[in-house]
Amino acid sequence: MGFNKLINYKKLISLFAVFALLGTNMLMAQDAATPATTASGPDVAGKSSVWLGVGYYVLLFLVLCFVVAIIGKILRVYELTQQMQKKKTLNWNNVMGTICIIFLVAGLGGAYWSLTEQGSMTLPEAASLHGVKIDNMFLTTTILTLIVFFITQILLFSFAFIYKGSDKRRAYFLPHNNTIEKVWTIAPAIVLTILVVFGFFTWQEITNITDGKGQSSIDIEVTGHQFAWELRYPGKDHKLGAHSYKLIGGANKLGVDFKDKASFDDQTADTLVIPVNKPVRLNIEAQDVIHSVYMPHFRVQLNAVPGLPTYFRFTPTITTNQMRTKLDDPKFEYLLYCNKICGGGHYNMQKVVRVVSESEYNEWIAKQKPYLSDALKGELKLAAEKKNTLNNRLALNN
Amino acid sequence: MSTIAVQDHGHGHAHHEDGHGHHHDTFLTKYIFSQDHKMIAKQFLITGITMAFLAMIMSILFRIQLAYPDKSFPFLETLLGHFAPEGHISPDFYMSLVTIHGTIMVFFVLTAGLSGTFSNLLIPLQVGARDMASPFMNMLSYWFFFMASIVMLSSFFVQTGPASGGWTVYPPLSALPKAMPGSGTGMTLWLISMVLFVASSLMGGINYVSTVLNMRTKGMDLWKMPLTIWAFFLTAILGVLAFPVLVAGVVLLIFDRSFGTSFYLSDIVLNGQVMPYEGGSPILFQHLFWFLGHPEVYIIIMPAMGIASEVMSVNSRKPIFGYHAMVYSLIGITVLSFIVWGHHMFVTGMNPFLGGVFMITTLIIAVPSAVKTFNWLATLWRGNIRFTPAMLFAIGMVSFFISGGITGIFLGNAALDINLHDTYFVVAHFHLVMGSAAIFGMLCGVYHWFPKMFGRMMDAKLGYLHFWLTFIGAYLVFFPMHFMGLDGVPRRYYAFTEFESMKRWLSVNVFITWSAIVAGLAQVAFIYNFIHSIFWGKRTVQNPWNANTLEWTAPIEHFHGNWEGEIPTVYRWPYDYSKPGAEHDFIQQTVPFSQTMESNLPEDFEDNEGALEEQQKWANTQRANEQVK
Repeated sequence: MGFNKLINYKKLISLFAVFALLGTNMLMAQDAATPATTASGPDVAGKSSVWLGVGYYVLLFLVLCFVVAIIGKILRVYELTQQMQKKKTLNWNNVMGTICIIFLVAGLGGAYWSLTEQGSMTLPEAASLHGVKIDNMFLTTTILTLIVFFITQILLFSFAFIYKGSDKRRAYFLPHNNTIEKVWTIAPAIVLTILVVFGFFTWQEITNITDGKGQSSIDIEVTGHQFAWELRYPGKDHKLGAHSYKLIGGANKLGVDFKDKASFDDQTADTLVIPVNKPVRLNIEAQDVIHSVYMPHFRVQLNAVPGLPTYFRFTPTITTNQMRTKLDDPKFEYLLYCNKICGGGHYNMQKVVRVVSESEYNEWIAKQKPYLSDALKGELKLAAEKKNTLNNRLALNN
Repeated sequence: MSTIAVQDHGHGHAHHEDGHGHHHDTFLTKYIFSQDHKMIAKQFLITGITMAFLAMIMSILFRIQLAYPDKSFPFLETLLGHFAPEGHISPDFYMSLVTIHGTIMVFFVLTAGLSGTFSNLLIPLQVGARDMASPFMNMLSYWFFFMASIVMLSSFFVQTGPASGGWTVYPPLSALPKAMPGSGTGMTLWLISMVLFVASSLMGGINYVSTVLNMRTKGMDLWKMPLTIWAFFLTAILGVLAFPVLVAGVVLLIFDRSFGTSFYLSDIVLNGQVMPYEGGSPILFQHLFWFLGHPEVYIIIMPAMGIASEVMSVNSRKPIFGYHAMVYSLIGITVLSFIVWGHHMFVTGMNPFLGGVFMITTLIIAVPSAVKTFNWLATLWRGNIRFTPAMLFAIGMVSFFISGGITGIFLGNAALDINLHDTYFVVAHFHLVMGSAAIFGMLCGVYHWFPKMFGRMMDAKLGYLHFWLTFIGAYLVFFPMHFMGLDGVPRRYYAFTEFESMKRWLSVNVFITWSAIVAGLAQVAFIYNFIHSIFWGKRTVQNPWNANTLEWTAPIEHFHGNWEGEIPTVYRWPYDYSKPGAEHDFIQQTVPFSQTMESNLPEDFEDNEGALEEQQKWANTQRANEQVK
């Protein structure tokens, strides 16, 4: 009986294989034919072919379900016959225990492969002073957690394998053991304390900056709006002029206030160019919704919040050119992109960041356009005239 | 306490007669507006599973977009209409899918579906009560939840699409209807749905707390409660304290959206137009949201922990290791979870000093979590493990909890979070630690208590197939995401085609998508098994798993009132498995110590000196008898 079923099952498998192969071939042919039909005639042919594809996959899945059902039935028949003959049936505890240990071995292999193969695709070394500290801490945390990860997973699945159930045995009655419980409360507490202290001081060093604007660092303003970044450099006086969101309009995209004299020499730029080994203070603003300034190569991230100006100070240490040679990628660019959901265009809100030597920076900054463009000057003049006439009228009325 | 228990006992008979009076139940009172906790549990479960399937389909839709950003799928246009023009999911609709997937999974599946199902089913049955403290409020809780689900899903039928600002709905994006299409009517519906949901959750939570505190049967003191009940009890407390804060946040957001206030809005220029809002703070919403949001992730994981603890103990045929430590760590998590919310906000521009403080509290919470993990491992050690599907899911839950938990140590560290915040590393972290782990806890509970719910058994072999496909699938989906995150790939990106550096992850994305599809299809094995077993499964015996807890002393057939005659009295803790000297490898909670003289231990009489004397007397006579022999 079971044998009969097995033949049946083999036949089905081969039928399934033929079906899958033929179906895929036919679909491929259909795919190849689709461009021709859509090019020559209406869309209908293309659509029906797609439905054919969907239908094919649904059918494939149904056949798969059918195969699973048959395997299930075979197992059932096998178990019943064994039971009738009073022989041992399949011991599912042993089967599952064995799968657990297979999973453990395969999983450890997979995790190792993933850690080495995909791990090597991650970000290159930090290109900023504080980034190196973050990377060191990352390394420490990774080593500690990976040890815990491997030990606990190995214990979990090998216990599952070793202590798989049997009717002959009884479990060991062990409700508690205060000593060992104390040990594994205190041990993680100590490890975590080390990580907390280490992390706390690193975090303080990175964020606790007492210098104000324009002191000992280059002030650059980054403003996010849907879906782009605007840059403003402070100009010769090294001071960013005041601004207010109420002044935004026309050519005054950032709402710079020209009552403040520091505003007159401010500059705009398309690329965020910064000199190497000089502290840079990014003054982060947002106009409409929350954005996030994310520069992963420098380990820099801070949200741009409307109504809440924030800043991040960092010192780049590797120029773009140096990074290009290091990574052997002549096209490499540092990037600044948005990392807080901000709308439909969120996935493409980037700005190229270029780290250059100081002399290159000075050369570059001299060429940048002033924020106070001719168009803006015109607008301001017009506004001033309007105000004057308004005042005159008021005076006349009096 | 004992007086109340006795009182309840006294009322037992009246209740019971009441139970017999329910014979002429109509379809409406039995299946729809039922006040029986067991039926309400089933309603929560089936609604939860339905919502889980919908949210899973959404995730596969957006995974298809991530794997094949350049390919056109005309069937998507047929399916989704203008949300997928020319067979491409539109960026706005992609955001909607991500948002609603997250909302449904977090709130509707893993909060209501998990807590709602198992708290309702197990609290009365495991503490020995005839029903919840307020059955009517319990019914309302389900119907509010149902309405919330309908309102949430109805937003797919709105022209501008469902809410799309992420499940955290940070304003100003969610507050300004012009900021994105989903922030229009879809967002309004999201907010209405959440208010209904929180109402449901509160009514449920108050019921759970009061039932556990007031309606335990005779002898069931707090330290005799199974860990499931401890977990549900503490979860309910968390929910009752945290959810109202979300309502406050949501109501203020409704005000900002509809009545022109500026609680969260200030200095805004949208599309070149200066907005009149002044003086609000978007960070305020984040504080209010995460004051719920962080306890919320423990609301999700604690019931799963409780269920896994119970199932692991039953199927290892061994007491749970360190019962007291397990309870104290749950309490520790409950308390600490209220003071860690700031770790979601390290890079929002919040005062960095605060960030440092939140980092300390966050990493402290890893200690009770570690204790729980080690105790689970010790429970397996030298057990006699019976691999039921429920047991496998419990083991899977522990595995996911470890894998996802340790990445929390990275993210809880403010300095490391700078570079990891909002990347795929976070996606991997929470999908493992609270997504997969909690859903495995839920599935574990379904397989384990299915006989209690439906009086029939689920097919174990299909359960095995379901487990391994889902378990391996989930790891294949989420493990590679860590490395994407470490490469600075942000979450919630519609496509990675605009960045040269992200294009190399495309092959990984294809792999993840196919793993997700396979894992998704594996759920068909579950749903078939579930539905088939409800009607045609093998009939169960009263105590199919040889478990100790009280629910297995109740008769298989359901009636309002749970036990015929008196509610059983409880004499011992629920974990007397494989006690040396005992006849069977389990002793139910209802068995008094006087019937198990040969297996009693001195610890069993810590607060009962009289009984200890009896025991010693018995031991002495035994010894004397042996000497005579």
